[in-house]
Amino acid sequence: MSAPAAASLVSVEDLHTFYGKSHILHGVTLHVGKGEVVGLLGRNGVGKSTTLKSIMGLVQPTKGAVTLESQPIAGLPPHKLARMGIGYVPEDRRIFKLLTVMENLRTGLDRAGVTEARKKELLDKVFAYFPVLGERRDQAGGTLSGGEQQMLAIARAMMLEPKIILLDEPTEGLMPRMVSQIREIIGVLHKEGVAILLVEQNVPMTLEASQRVYIMEKGAIRHHAASKELNVNDPVIQEYLGV
Amino acid sequence: MGFLAAIPWDQVVIQTVNGIVTGMILALIASGLTLIFGIMDVVNFAHGELFMLGAYMGVVVFATSGNFWLALVLAVMMVAILGAAIQITTLRPLVGRDPLTTILATFGLSLILQNYALWQFGPVPRKIGEPISGHFNLFYLEYPYYRILIAVLSAGIIGAFWLFLKYGKYGIWIRATTQDRVMAQAMGIPVPLVHTAAFAIGAGMAAASGVLFGPLVGVNHVMGLDWVLKAFIVVVVGGMGNLGGAIGAAIFISLLEAYASLVVSPAQAVIVSFVVLIFTLLFRPTGLFVPTPK
Repeated sequence: MSAPAAASLVSVEDLHTFYGKSHILHGVTLHVGKGEVVGLLGRNGVGKSTTLKSIMGLVQPTKGAVTLESQPIAGLPPHKLARMGIGYVPEDRRIFKLLTVMENLRTGLDRAGVTEARKKELLDKVFAYFPVLGERRDQAGGTLSGGEQQMLAIARAMMLEPKIILLDEPTEGLMPRMVSQIREIIGVLHKEGVAILLVEQNVPMTLEASQRVYIMEKGAIRHHAASKELNVNDPVIQEYLGV
Repeated sequence: MGFLAAIPWDQVVIQTVNGIVTGMILALIASGLTLIFGIMDVVNFAHGELFMLGAYMGVVVFATSGNFWLALVLAVMMVAILGAAIQITTLRPLVGRDPLTTILATFGLSLILQNYALWQFGPVPRKIGEPISGHFNLFYLEYPYYRILIAVLSAGIIGAFWLFLKYGKYGIWIRATTQDRVMAQAMGIPVPLVHTAAFAIGAGMAAASGVLFGPLVGVNHVMGLDWVLKAFIVVVVGGMGNLGGAIGAAIFISLLEAYASLVVSPAQAVIVSFVVLIFTLLFRPTGLFVPTPK
């Protein structure tokens, strides 16, 4: 059932992560292929966010391997991983509140080797997807609404021209209109060939947006399936995600 | 109206000018201190010694070249490089450890640098020559142009620094890192390098104020102590890590002290800054210029 190794973009093998003495990840193994949208489902506290943080190098796994295009990346500092093509959109968005929208975007845009023309292209693109960010480009990030901050967090990650975006609960606390907008932008990124590892609580949205899903429980992957083989009332979903 | 007539306006004007001049030097020192605190949560107890070393570097370059401007530029560059070296060797290994360790480390550094200066340059104060020596008449005083130049240059350096933070690519990196170190890294900003650069900039600004201040009094190995104490007060009163607040507080406190010395002796006027500090901590602990957090 796992993706063919040749097309694999990010591979996580038997990942173990600790916070102090608590053992959070008990051997997580998952793969994301090039341009693939993969959902990572599970109840609160099963280690979904920790899996993303471990890939991004924000917490150091004690055991296991992470590879990006077959290159081992575990232990590399996050800023190198960002430059290698991993975009990260954290659960609490973490936009730079005192920086303007434009300055938030520039944190990812001001890289070596990006021409002025390319910068303009990237900016025009996100302002086309998220017109509200264009209107508010000189406004401090902290003054945006929750949904707008989520858009800014995604737009900011897009500035890195990533191969994959680690998207942590992008629809959490958003109103339905915003949720469908996030769903749309996932579709757009997929069409552009950007892979996404999507951590979510919103099962219907995840099944619709992704090609495959992993289901986590107690720090390990318990189930893995193609999204179209599952539906919201599937016994597997009920077992691992039902309340 | 008799009350107004009793105010010695000439002295008030003189003290206003004095207060602004001292305030600008203080602002220059405190800007670096608050930058370093804001970005890496390091309370740099060696900041006064970077100021002092800047002044000594100025003395050395001035003695060999006779050129004040060359002394200013070289001192800033040398102390900035020294600052970078200090950050890499002393503070970088302490990242993520108890903040107490960085306090001990910078305090230790301050003792080492102070005694190094005493050993190298001896206890006798050295002089840096003023680049301009004219005076102008301010009521009954012959006021040196150089003091005005200090205020203008300090303001110029602070202004350039502010523009760099506001518009420069690396300025945005510094501000982003100050706000959220983890997210800055995730956006590809090389945070360890930004920390080193920020420490070097802070050190360079301290050195600049040391050289500018040098011609006013003798340069000696403990000259940093008074200034760093006052700079700490200013940084707290302005709101830890708040650059604009530190600059405002530096001028505010210096003016208050200058006015206070009209009524009490200058030695007693120093108390003013402590009074301001105590009231700030009591009533606005996040700083005088920080809006109360919502």
